[in-house]
Amino acid sequence: MITKRIIPCLDVKNGRVVKGVNFEGLSDVASPVELAQYYSSCGADELVFYDITASAEGRALFTDILTETARKVFIPLTVGGGINTVADFDRVLKCGADKVSVNSGAIRNPSLVYEAAKLYGDQCVVLSADVKRVDGVFRVYAKGGRENTGMEAVSWIKRCVDNGAGEIVLNSIDTDGVKRGFDLEMLEAVSNAVSVPVIASGGAGRIEDFITLFKTLPKVDAGLAASIFHFGEVRIADLKAEMAKAGIPTRV
Amino acid sequence: MIAIIDYGVGNLFSLQSSFAAIGKQAAVTSDPEVIASAERIILPGVGAFEDAAEKLRATGMADIVKRAAAEGKPVMGICLGMQLLLDKSYEYGEHEGLGLIHGSVKPIADVIDKDLKIPHIGWNRLIIKKQSPLFKYLKDGDCVYFVHSYYAADCDDVTSTAEYSAELTASIERGNVYGCQFHPEKSGDVGLNILRAFCEI
Repeated sequence: MITKRIIPCLDVKNGRVVKGVNFEGLSDVASPVELAQYYSSCGADELVFYDITASAEGRALFTDILTETARKVFIPLTVGGGINTVADFDRVLKCGADKVSVNSGAIRNPSLVYEAAKLYGDQCVVLSADVKRVDGVFRVYAKGGRENTGMEAVSWIKRCVDNGAGEIVLNSIDTDGVKRGFDLEMLEAVSNAVSVPVIASGGAGRIEDFITLFKTLPKVDAGLAASIFHFGEVRIADLKAEMAKAGIPTRV
Repeated sequence: MIAIIDYGVGNLFSLQSSFAAIGKQAAVTSDPEVIASAERIILPGVGAFEDAAEKLRATGMADIVKRAAAEGKPVMGICLGMQLLLDKSYEYGEHEGLGLIHGSVKPIADVIDKDLKIPHIGWNRLIIKKQSPLFKYLKDGDCVYFVHSYYAADCDDVTSTAEYSAELTASIERGNVYGCQFHPEKSGDVGLNILRAFCEI
């Protein structure tokens, strides 16, 4: 049976991890490579590197970091941020990424998902969607959650899956940062609508939130979080032990 | 030295790095002389069977791999590379493989429950069917990372499976020829240990 995945997400700017991190036993907590190694050793099932760099120099640093990570970390690595063209896919895949996540790039150019899936396979293309309720309707937001595209989320996600997206990261803007649990209602709507893996993002504050997620919505494949892992509020080894204890298929 | 066969399919960076991580020298190569002098051969592969099988033949690598296997060198196919070791594949038509291990490649959709997702993607537990030198360091309950929509069927040489409503072939072995459907280079320490065991055969 496929195990439920736990995925820490690292925001990287100019080659450094952005959000403050607080760990014992790490000499350089801002080093994405060291942090990736640390998470891998703690039992993370996969890693997401999110490039929030704006400059070209920062971009080059990011690919260096990626290469260095892929040299040392042997779990699947997903890369997102600034992916607008097939050439961007090529750039990060060559540096050792296994999957590439698109968000605003796919909104600007909906054929990007199709083109990339044709070239690299569906399993390589992850659609990341920032979704927020507006008057009771799930709407897709662009530009890091700042701009309402007006598109209805479930139909947008279905369209991307039809075009070849092999996995969905569903980030609920409504629960993001609130730390009171994942957006189960939104996740249920999306996971009922698509037949590809759905990764829950936004809202986890404690171990119980992951247990509730996987117990309530067995169709959800993975839980993604950032700061609660970085700040040590939830330790991955503890989380996975609790998941296994609760009868959730877990790689321990 | 380990030769990772380069025939223009997929990204071999992680695979090469994973050997470096266990202190083994591995060359990504299509040079027949380098491959002839290698102690062990890795046949990688991602993508579609037909395209990969054609490239393998067009580059002359098919014969080179077969020769290495006949000489008794340890040969290991990974993912699509494992599928290429078999007689044939039914992925979009019917295509011939290397025939080093008897069996055929069929869609997992034939055997799994209809409501399950395809591809079979993620970490799954290995169920040991036969002892293998590759499992030297394996512990009960160890998981490895899979990404595939086709599997090795009709094969008598299955050494492990993974449960996905049906038992899907995870590894095969015949003499000195080995195959893993999963990605050892993406399976953390468990995967590195499988590669380490392959280097010690």
